Amino acid sequence: MTLALSGDEIAATLGGHFPGSVIEASKSHLLVKSESLFDIASYLKTAPGLDFDFLCNITAVDCFDYFEIVYQFTSLKHNHGLVVKARCHDRSNPVLPSLVSLWRGADLQEREIYDLMGITFQGHPNLKRIFLWEDFDGHPLRKDYL
Amino acid sequence: MALKTESFALNIGPLHPSTHGVFRMRAVLDGEVIANMEPVFGYLHRGIEKLAEERTYTGVIPLTDRLDYLASMSNNLAYVLAVEKLAEISAPERATYLRVILAELQRIASHLIAVGAFVNDCGAFFTPFLYMFREREKILDLFEMLSGQRLLYNYMRIGGFNQDIPDEFLPALQKFVSQMPGFIDEYDRLLAENEILLARTKGVGILPQDLAVNISASGPVLRASGVKWDIRKADPYCGYDRFEFDIPTGTAGDCYDRYRVRIEEMRQSLRIIEQAMKQLPSGAVKSTVPYLVRPPAGEAYAHIEAPKGELGFYLVSDNSIAPYRCHIRAPSLINLTALRDMTVGWKVADLIVIFGSIDITMGEVDR
Amino acid sequence: MVLNPGLGMEYHWQALPPDWPGNFWWHWLAFSVIILAFVLGLVMGFIWLERRGIGRFQIRLGPNRTGPFGLLQPIADAVKVLLKENIVPAAADKIVHWLAPLVAFVPTLMIFAVVPFQDGALLADLNVGVLYIVAISSISTVGIFMAGWSSSNKYSLLAAMRDVATVVSYEIPVVLSLAGVVLLAGSLSLNQIVMAQDIPFILLQPLAFLLFFIAASAEINRTPFDLLEADSELVAGFHIEYSGMKFALFYLTEYAEALAVSAIIATLFLGGWRGPVLPPWLWFVGKVVAVFSVMFWIRSTLPRVRIDQLMALAWKFLLPLALINLVVTAVQVLAWPEASLWAMVPVNVAIMAALVVTWSRLLKLGGGRVEV
Repeated sequence: MTLALSGDEIAATLGGHFPGSVIEASKSHLLVKSESLFDIASYLKTAPGLDFDFLCNITAVDCFDYFEIVYQFTSLKHNHGLVVKARCHDRSNPVLPSLVSLWRGADLQEREIYDLMGITFQGHPNLKRIFLWEDFDGHPLRKDYL
Repeated sequence: MALKTESFALNIGPLHPSTHGVFRMRAVLDGEVIANMEPVFGYLHRGIEKLAEERTYTGVIPLTDRLDYLASMSNNLAYVLAVEKLAEISAPERATYLRVILAELQRIASHLIAVGAFVNDCGAFFTPFLYMFREREKILDLFEMLSGQRLLYNYMRIGGFNQDIPDEFLPALQKFVSQMPGFIDEYDRLLAENEILLARTKGVGILPQDLAVNISASGPVLRASGVKWDIRKADPYCGYDRFEFDIPTGTAGDCYDRYRVRIEEMRQSLRIIEQAMKQLPSGAVKSTVPYLVRPPAGEAYAHIEAPKGELGFYLVSDNSIAPYRCHIRAPSLINLTALRDMTVGWKVADLIVIFGSIDITMGEVDR
Repeated sequence: MVLNPGLGMEYHWQALPPDWPGNFWWHWLAFSVIILAFVLGLVMGFIWLERRGIGRFQIRLGPNRTGPFGLLQPIADAVKVLLKENIVPAAADKIVHWLAPLVAFVPTLMIFAVVPFQDGALLADLNVGVLYIVAISSISTVGIFMAGWSSSNKYSLLAAMRDVATVVSYEIPVVLSLAGVVLLAGSLSLNQIVMAQDIPFILLQPLAFLLFFIAASAEINRTPFDLLEADSELVAGFHIEYSGMKFALFYLTEYAEALAVSAIIATLFLGGWRGPVLPPWLWFVGKVVAVFSVMFWIRSTLPRVRIDQLMALAWKFLLPLALINLVVTAVQVLAWPEASLWAMVPVNVAIMAALVVTWSRLLKLGGGRVEV
């Protein structure tokens, strides 16, 4: 069984390395500040005992007040997983750091979120629309897109 | 005197016999050699994630059929598992076993198409393809017996199935399971040692192990690179831990390994089906589920080992009758991440073979 | 070997027009009609045979709706394709585009001028028959290259380039493997070669047969060497922009080439029209059909090779073996002119087996990735 790591315990570890970066931690997930997302992700990728070498899934949820971006990290080595979330409160120009330089698996998934949800990933090497055409107006998965 | 040459761009697809749908690759060729390659997606984008937000939880099931239309049962399964996780429903034991049987049958059917189309991409004139279609047809007959459909089954329901299997199903399945190993041997006699197929696929399109993990590849693509990672073992669902089976892996991560892994997986699937048939309990196939499922607010991610890789559904509920957000982790799309790395430097003919060996379905790539 | 006692010294056979009314021209007319009917009829037969045969190989029926056993299917296809609209791409080089099918088809038809249907029954018994075939068959390539170039389509251009590369490479093993046959028969005239075959040359020259079969298949782009049509890569290759009558001509060329190669193999290696009981022309047609059946059997079985593997096969496998075969044959003909032919059969088969096995061990097909 893939062990779902508790966000609380990881938050305790992270608190030492990145003070103030964790906003909220629960059993199911870990909510981090979007500015420190990249640092935390690179720590999670290499930290011994964690070794999250596999970025399983990225998705974004439009919660009206903010966008919630959900990362599911898995470690093939230890067979455990962790859900990390980050939020973008600026609706007009939501920005997050891109994780492509850590996991290339993020490449197409971030492009998909950029296309359908309109979140810009800074540092993405090829951030352009993936499913819709270049001059498409709006981002269909947003709740205010009709 | 240096010969003056010029590279040129070649559009492969979206309408091309070997793009398995409407995929497009913008290749820059230096003679026959691929100098650069850029995949272009989106020709089959139907916005299924958005459509799902406007349907009831049960109403999304037909949409999931249309993702990987060569493995509809697997899509159904991943989705209903996610809803069941979200709404804390559990399916009866009989339904769980049946789901395993159907998912494994679907894996065989999907791998048959994958291998057949792959050999076709290598240039075989449809013969292996049609041999494999012959067996896929038998699986489709079995599925038609259950659901009345041959491609988009819409058979699974939240909490089980909409109806029990008919009496004729199990004898027919037994017959198929006893025949199929012989047919797989037949494919091996035709293909496994074929000198031209070996020359075309051995060492071609290598996906190294670390890159395979780094690009979040899954399914046969990941396993052919030598990573022993199968969600059925790593994170068992539907009681896969009750069955005995092996995870076939490759060593080189080339096209040949991806083809071999698929063939071996078919044999393992048959093993699982045989065990599940023996253990199949009687009883109800659907637990009591309200007509309109209204899961508590929250979120759930359920993933299964679909034929193409890790198929996951991320559902967010706001306690209404429709999902607030339904994200699909599509293995076909994510496996394509390293397509450029695998193809640059190879020839046009290799590009087609490498692309075919990844085994994608456009319905799932573009959603 | 006692095939050819004089080895061409006192041998002055000439291609004479037969003693027919109207002299040469009636002969020319009659045989032109025969050749056209033979080619068109047999091509249609081949198309039917191939579609039905491959249907069986692929566990399906094949066309069976038009006429008994679907026999009229090629005719229905021909009518359909002839009635189709003729589409020429806007950017095409119109004249070259128009000429290409003719340039491809006519030389293929001309090959049959020297193929004997039975003893002496041929349009022109050239004393340079084999040379003529080799020379004229290469011209089709020009037509195919014209088609690929003039269509202004990148796929067809790629296909045309592949075809030129193939033909340039495979001409050499073709010629060298035919040279062995010519050495044995002591003549370049196809009729004389048939006359010389008391034992079919496939037994005396098994290696030459193998090499010629492979190289000729490659030259006429039959699977597994059908790189220039390569429907999984290049869609339809050089004729991607052709439709209607012009497409029909290319289709006809393709099968006429297959027919030509089958006829050449039947003539040079299988004893041509010679055979007991049945009339000679029937033997000839039967052998042609048999060779073609092997071709579509291979087509329905094997995947396609890659262009660099195709080249490697020509230069690293076929060419050295063809050279060795030529030397071995020459030594045999000169050193043991009196040796019994039947004794040479097992010797040559053994030589072929040894060479093919060792060489295929040595051969590494295909390179790897190119750094760009």
